Amino acid sequence: MSGKLREAEMHPSATVMPLPSRLAANAADTHAIARNPGMALDLGFVESMRSVNRSALERRVGTLTKRRSIKADNQAAWLLRSISLMDLTTLNSNDTDERVRRLCAKAVNPLRRDLVEALGLGETVIRPAAVCVYHPFVATAVEAVRGTGIHVAAVSTAFPHGLAPLATRIAEIEASVADGADEIDVVIPRGLVFGARWQELYDEIKAFRAACGEAHLKVILGTGDLATLRNVTLASMVAMMAGADFIKTSTGKESVNATLPVGLAMVRAIRAYHEQTGYLIGFKPAGGISTAKVSLDWLVLMKEELGRPWLEPELFRFGASSLLTDIERQLEHHISGRYSANHRHAMA
Amino acid sequence: MNILERYHAMDYAPAPEARSEADAWLAGRDFSKSLFIAGEWRAAADEKTFDTEDPSSGKLLAKVSDASAADIETAVAAARKALPKWSAASGYERAKVLYAIGRAMQRHQRLFAVLESLDNGKPIRESRDIDVPLAIRHFIHHAGWAQSLDKEFPGRKPAGVVGQIIPWNFPLLMLAWKIAPALATGCTVVLKPAEFTPLTAILFAEICERAGVPRGVVNIVQGGPEAGAAIVNHAGIDKIAFTGSSEVGKIIRKATAGSGKKLSLELGGKSAFIVFEDADLDSAVEGLVDGIWFNQGQVCCAGSRLLVQESVADAFIAKVKTRMSRLRVGAPLDKNTDIGPLVDKTQLDRVRRLVEEGARQGAVCWQPDQDVPETGYYHLPTLATGVAPANILAQEEVFGPVLATMSFRNTEEAVELANNTRYGLAASVWSENVNLALHVAPQLKAGVVWVNGTNMFDASCGFGGYRESGFGREGGREGLEEYLASSEPHGPVIKPASAPKAAARDNGESHAIDRTAKLFIGGKQVRPDGNYSIAVLTPKGKLAGEVGLGSRKDIRDAVSAARACKAWPEATAYNRAQVLYYLAENLSGRTEDFAARISELTGASHKVAKAEVETSIERLFYYAGMADKFEGRVHQPPARTVTLALHEPVGVIGIVASDEAPLLGLISLIAPALAMGNTVVLVPSTTAPLVATDLYQVIEYSDVPSGAISIVTGHTAELAAVLAKHDDVDGLWVVAEADICARAEAESTGNLKRVWTGHGRSLDWPTAQGEAFLRRATEVKNVWVPYGD
Repeated sequence: MSGKLREAEMHPSATVMPLPSRLAANAADTHAIARNPGMALDLGFVESMRSVNRSALERRVGTLTKRRSIKADNQAAWLLRSISLMDLTTLNSNDTDERVRRLCAKAVNPLRRDLVEALGLGETVIRPAAVCVYHPFVATAVEAVRGTGIHVAAVSTAFPHGLAPLATRIAEIEASVADGADEIDVVIPRGLVFGARWQELYDEIKAFRAACGEAHLKVILGTGDLATLRNVTLASMVAMMAGADFIKTSTGKESVNATLPVGLAMVRAIRAYHEQTGYLIGFKPAGGISTAKVSLDWLVLMKEELGRPWLEPELFRFGASSLLTDIERQLEHHISGRYSANHRHAMA
Repeated sequence: MNILERYHAMDYAPAPEARSEADAWLAGRDFSKSLFIAGEWRAAADEKTFDTEDPSSGKLLAKVSDASAADIETAVAAARKALPKWSAASGYERAKVLYAIGRAMQRHQRLFAVLESLDNGKPIRESRDIDVPLAIRHFIHHAGWAQSLDKEFPGRKPAGVVGQIIPWNFPLLMLAWKIAPALATGCTVVLKPAEFTPLTAILFAEICERAGVPRGVVNIVQGGPEAGAAIVNHAGIDKIAFTGSSEVGKIIRKATAGSGKKLSLELGGKSAFIVFEDADLDSAVEGLVDGIWFNQGQVCCAGSRLLVQESVADAFIAKVKTRMSRLRVGAPLDKNTDIGPLVDKTQLDRVRRLVEEGARQGAVCWQPDQDVPETGYYHLPTLATGVAPANILAQEEVFGPVLATMSFRNTEEAVELANNTRYGLAASVWSENVNLALHVAPQLKAGVVWVNGTNMFDASCGFGGYRESGFGREGGREGLEEYLASSEPHGPVIKPASAPKAAARDNGESHAIDRTAKLFIGGKQVRPDGNYSIAVLTPKGKLAGEVGLGSRKDIRDAVSAARACKAWPEATAYNRAQVLYYLAENLSGRTEDFAARISELTGASHKVAKAEVETSIERLFYYAGMADKFEGRVHQPPARTVTLALHEPVGVIGIVASDEAPLLGLISLIAPALAMGNTVVLVPSTTAPLVATDLYQVIEYSDVPSGAISIVTGHTAELAAVLAKHDDVDGLWVVAEADICARAEAESTGNLKRVWTGHGRSLDWPTAQGEAFLRRATEVKNVWVPYGD
């Protein structure tokens, strides 16, 4: 696709193809966006992104969420959107097959039947876009979500630290792909960023991408470890050049998770990459996104900074574990006017 | 739309702020009795009212009492009556009242915000998140100043009864900026809100009633130009504080000339928004949104002139357009609105006219493809490119959502373009290079400079302009100064000069070689342009000598030389200190000569004359010592930023010195001006100008750069008027008879130069020394530097 055509998509008035209403909102063919082939590492382009002013970004996100207010029916609709953009995640050391099956069951039936009816969804199925698990549970998850259109994402490459030998990390990707994962969330060794070892970082990610094959590659930057927004931006650029389909903030294991300023820095990098190459890169904030309200803030950020196309699961995901329950409670409140309790909604 | 359709569309929907509380407030008041005078609600004396309407619908909100001159009379009387007790109250007492006001406003924060948006049309996000919180902060911040006033400003007295006239663009915030420092310093207030937006001031008056503000301390009188004029001209008012247009500001300057009223003016602007190639461009785009598309561009300090470096200009403009397309124009009470209606139809018409004219003059005006609501005074955000500096959109304050764009090649040109305006309120500098940003900030003629930000305000930081954007500061320590009475020690009333007498015949024999006292301009002794001389007589009528008769052309040349002199303002303070010390040293070497000259010209005894010379030397020493000590401050607003309140020279200062104490009077004025880095055009005493001309040699010996001091002898009245009317003179200090002082103030409106006069009185020269003089010789520039990485 040419850069010009893609620019039309950037325009706020450009409409996104409406999804057929009777289809699952996250049907299996949603990877319809032309895939980022990556590009040669262009250090001049990377360096041109060096100007990132933290204070200004903080002010922007500070007012952004105050400039937009999503209320009433719109709020219900946007929260449903949040569900459809979710990578429902379990990444704990004590995960088991049974735990993962439970998570998948929740993904398949995320909302109580009465809520679905009251919201007037009819036959439209709204489900998380993916479940996200460690490698040993990939096969289990694939089995559990078969036929639902829900993707299976595996965290990989020595998640969460990324410090295993490269061959091991690549083998890990191959294993997960072999088990049926169609999305691979890799981590980068953060030290490469501190050392400005961009070529190494680029080469590693490129190798990850090759190992993914058809599976989509999400590159986790571990932004909480990267110290500055400038590092976040530079690492984002290198990841996209190396062929990332998505760039992702965090593992959820860093002491600082996805924050809006970090998100803003990353989506601006995505915009710059798009302007330069014409390719649309997805974005996935992860970690700490646990309330319905916060999910709306992220949706506003995407709509304001990148536009409507980035409110589709091909281009935006939340990595979240407890968010879904909060959204269910909010939806119940929307319908009944009564505040709900967690235990009234099926756990994952 | 059902939920599923909304799910697919993912559009924003109206999210209206509830207005029921505000409607109930509006319904529950008798606005025909809304003048708040002496703690009572009154109808206007002639029972007149005016309409205030909702600019988004044109619907009437209230019919509000319209004060006439008679009501101002009553209000001033109430304020006068309340003054002694309020100014004598302890700082703690006043602090408690300010605190109570702030807290009460906090309790009614949302009502203030909704009323403000209803009345003014500004988006509720802005009134809720910006205007009202800043107003509250102003009161709470000033509670502390009230309590610490005696310690921080020892010996200072309140200005007295202050008349305050505020605009419609930030009705409550401007009220806070005016009333908080007035109450903190012990002044009493007569405040007139703008006719378009009287409502939040009425709610504020209700708060005053409950917060323990003594009767008559705060009087709020809604009204139009008649009420405004009555305030400006009222003899019972000691100080006028005005925020509004430069046009009205100049009228007020003229009207108060000679009245002795203190005056602060916060006027228009055409603020530059400078984007360097190494800026965070995406953030700079957001800066523009906060700069020119804040409050529909109806902001005196709006960043309305975008100057962008050529290398990034196209990319930046493309980003700006994309961003503009996402601005939502809509109802003020919709929480999703970025841009509301302009305040009134007259304003909308004016903005449209200026945009049309700008386009006629060659600007390309672009607007996003959007609808505006059918009713209401809406104007789409507008980007004007290809704007020549001469274009009306680059010159005139539009006061609407219109951005004029120019590009620059290098830093020098950026500064030149930025300063190519009569205004000097604010500027914004975007660069990730702190060296560049801090190199540019001091070069900008603007009272506020935001580095990598825009429209940041805080009660602790001064705000106010250079040039025709007015004078005085609001906020911070520098703002309090405006509400304190001036502290110079007064001297005797200066009598009009008597008609010059013919020189008595001098029968004495002189063996000295004839000396010609010329003018001293640009470091050289030059003959007056007109080539006339005037006689200088001793008190006994003997001819003491002759001096050149300076004319308007000599003043012109002296001002040019002063303007051209960069060596002095750019010298380090330490360097200036040494030159002033050296002046003192060289003057000291000629003590006897000067004492003799003073005796000759004034008839003073040798002892008295010598004392004057010695005090003059001491004074030079004092200001030499202060040159590197009257420093700025660092303000700490509640954000991750440092705000540097820099002391900068005013620029070219004209000084008209008194006849009394011909040497000390002159040194007492030029020394502080020079110490702070100003260049000076001096008109010395008419009766004893030879004291000044004798100084030429001292100046020449002392390494003073040429142009730093020029001296033009001649007739005081005439030369003072020329200086007052000269639009390249930034400041003018006049110690002369009352008429000359009044005229200097009245004639200063061309460029709103900072005029200080003795109001027809001399100073008590032996004690006329101190920070008050240094303060007058400086402008405070607040440079905001947000940080974080």
